[in-house]
Amino acid sequence: MTRPHDFGFDDTAQILKDTARRLLQDHCAPEALHRLAAASSEPARATECVWDEALWRKMIDLGWTAVAVPERYGGFGMGLVAIAGLAEELGRAAVPSPLVATLCATYVAAACDSEAARRLLRRIAAGLSVSLATTDRRGSWAPEDTDVAVDEAGALRGTAWFVQDARKVGALIVKAKSPRGVGLYLVEVDAAGLTIVPDAILDLTRDQAHVELRGVADVQVLAEPGDGARALVAAEPAILTIVAADMVGAAEWQLQTTAEYARTRVQFERPIGFFQAVKHPLVDMMVQIDGARSLVYDAACAFDHEPEAAEVCARMAKAAASDAASYCSGRSVQLHGGIGFTWECFIHLWFKRQKHNEVLYGDGAHQRARLADRLIGRIGETA
Amino acid sequence: MTTPSPSESSEQAAFRAHCKAWLAGNLPPRPRFRLPLGPLEIATVEQLEYLCNWQRAAHAAGLVGCDYPREHGGGGLRDCQWIANHELKAAGAPFFPNIVGLGMAAPTIFHHGTEAQKRRLLPPLFSAEEIWCQGFSEPGAGSDLANVQAYAERDGERWIVNGHKVWTTLAHFATWMILLCRTDRARKYEGMTYFVAPIRDGIGRGVAIRPLVKMTGELGFNEVFFEDYSIADDLRLDEVGRGWSVAMTTLLHERGAGPLVTPSSGGGVGDDGETTLGAAGLVELARRSYRNGRPASDDPRLRDAIVQLLIRQRAFAQNERRAAVPALVDHPLRLPLQHKLTLSELLQDTARLACEIEGMAASLHQTDPNAPAGGRWPHAYMNSYGFTIAAGSNEVQRNILGERVLGLAKSK
Ligand SMILES: Cc1cc2nc3c(=O)[nH]c(=O)nc-3n(C[C@H](O)[C@H](O)[C@H](O)COP(=O)(O)OP(=O)(O)OC[C@H]3O[C@@H](n4cnc5c(N)ncnc54)[C@H](O)[C@@H]3O)c2cc1C
Repeated sequence: MTRPHDFGFDDTAQILKDTARRLLQDHCAPEALHRLAAASSEPARATECVWDEALWRKMIDLGWTAVAVPERYGGFGMGLVAIAGLAEELGRAAVPSPLVATLCATYVAAACDSEAARRLLRRIAAGLSVSLATTDRRGSWAPEDTDVAVDEAGALRGTAWFVQDARKVGALIVKAKSPRGVGLYLVEVDAAGLTIVPDAILDLTRDQAHVELRGVADVQVLAEPGDGARALVAAEPAILTIVAADMVGAAEWQLQTTAEYARTRVQFERPIGFFQAVKHPLVDMMVQIDGARSLVYDAACAFDHEPEAAEVCARMAKAAASDAASYCSGRSVQLHGGIGFTWECFIHLWFKRQKHNEVLYGDGAHQRARLADRLIGRIGETA
Repeated sequence: MTTPSPSESSEQAAFRAHCKAWLAGNLPPRPRFRLPLGPLEIATVEQLEYLCNWQRAAHAAGLVGCDYPREHGGGGLRDCQWIANHELKAAGAPFFPNIVGLGMAAPTIFHHGTEAQKRRLLPPLFSAEEIWCQGFSEPGAGSDLANVQAYAERDGERWIVNGHKVWTTLAHFATWMILLCRTDRARKYEGMTYFVAPIRDGIGRGVAIRPLVKMTGELGFNEVFFEDYSIADDLRLDEVGRGWSVAMTTLLHERGAGPLVTPSSGGGVGDDGETTLGAAGLVELARRSYRNGRPASDDPRLRDAIVQLLIRQRAFAQNERRAAVPALVDHPLRLPLQHKLTLSELLQDTARLACEIEGMAASLHQTDPNAPAGGRWPHAYMNSYGFTIAAGSNEVQRNILGERVLGLAKSK
């Protein structure tokens, strides 16, 4: 297949992005977000799950859970390029919601070939939120790694770790192994035998948990044992691209907010942006964001039009976005001076969301190591 | 492969097909001699002739100056030069030698010249019959270009020029120079006037050109001295005192941010026919280089560094792609003004890493038969500083981006 020069970013993608920008400006402005998510600075807050459920219902009404679902299952069947545009806005607003988790789960469901997966896609299109329970205790989401197993009775036992927005979603896609290999299972969050144990985390704009499964028998098989890994591998480029897009949007917010501060804060009788030790890092933030942003649309377009190139492009996008996020986060605090170091200043919300996203599904160094295997060859097999 | 967007006009699609077809049969045979890394490094007459012949052929085929009017030697098309550039690059074509003409003089003449000036100057510029150089910088006017002191004094219908220009790339081959002079010593920005000077004709009649040797040992740029050099008033571009704003048009295009796309092949072709300076070459180089008895391609730190550059290289190309999609651009100058900054740093870091990969062999000069890759990388590394300094140093580029795109206070 061939790729359109304009990434395939069409009018519908534009409308989705503009709508998201406006809705989140109206309902999740930085002051409102800070009131909601940073109301308390107590350490105990780290296990809380705060979000605006009314806003989430608006997002469902606008069809945002349906955008990535194929039309034949009741969705809008938009390309990943459009989804990336939406994810950028989610990151820009740093909105707490289960949408990123649900979009990621949608691509996994779409990569499963089963009646249960098709039913799940219809439910997502109708507003069900879902998260992936596919990571093990060591933080590995590699296709074969899991601490959950299918017992003789066919029930799930074990613990899934680092589950994103677990307390906001209605169902989980659980990765579990059995003698025939790794399979994927849909579990409702209120299923008997399932306990969601909140993690204490830094990011105030999401929640995270580990999920204990003590013989959960009420499951639907999305991917048969032996077929789960394939579905996860197929969905991974989309997942990396969506998370990278969220980071690029958040980094742009960090850039604009810090540039605004540099235009207005006066020291030595001048706006601090006059000084090159402030000006040049702001430009470097912009340069890093732009490279990462272009790679995000490149990766999304590859996923839509040239699947064989998608993995490399997506890892490049995630690597660039993680590095940009890290740089922009550091500079956004530093260039604000003392106020930037306080709880009261909004920028720590984005700083923490970025730190979380940086490591989610692998930071820059991880992606580059995987790329090196693909592009240079594995160590010991290169020459 | 990237393909035309569905929104590509039928004129553009037909033009793309024409470029592909012509390039398939008309690339010049590889020369027996070494080609320079880029147009700034052209040193010998045979290099120049080879490259000028190529530009002339490409112009005759309609691949140069596509977006300019036909009566000015252009192709009379709209928004097609980027397509030609894309196809030239894909075909691995050699670069065009008249870089100052195509990238700076042509758009400036087009925006500020009279109809007669355009008809006279543009056709031979596009066909490389007349080479151009840029006489802006002076010993006291580098980053602070508005400090030019070369003085043009009115003398009826003529001007008498006295002064000293430096770093003048291609002056030794040039017929014409775009020349920024002071015409009013009392005013800095409003006291300059812009000329097109037939310097070849002036040699021995007020113009003296002295080559400067670069740190690589190569020639390429020059000092140009003017002593009572007389030029006609009809070679002035725009009004007296408007030189600075005309120069801004030149600089905007020089930095890849002007409205007119510069005809370019995008690539340099090395003496062995490989496109030389891409990060992709690093992978092969690492496979052939050794480090503690093992291939450098097995060294985790070098692997990470190589992949970082591959990512930056792709990001650069994708920035170019995104710049053409208005829906994905926030500020019209944001990506164009980054072009020179990111490309020059990418090339510099690529060459630096290549030298690191080569290890001890990076000590070998291009003339040494044992130098890996023909000694290209250490040479390219030194040469890369030309690009991070020229066309407004990268420090100055960061100032411009911070001020024009982010609205930060001007440092002047
Ligand atoms: C290979 C090459 C080809 C060239 N070709 C041409 C040509 O054809 N025609 C022509 O007219 N000129 C040409 N130039 C000249 C080029 O434009 C100047 O060298 C450049 O603008 C820098 O000026 P300068 O050399 O006087 O350095 P300076 O301006 O003296 O700068 C020295 C250092 O100070 C830094 N600096 C200066 N001002 C600032 C500031 N405000 N903020 C932060 N840092 C600052 C610079 O970045 C640099 O690192 C060429 C240069 C090179 C290297």
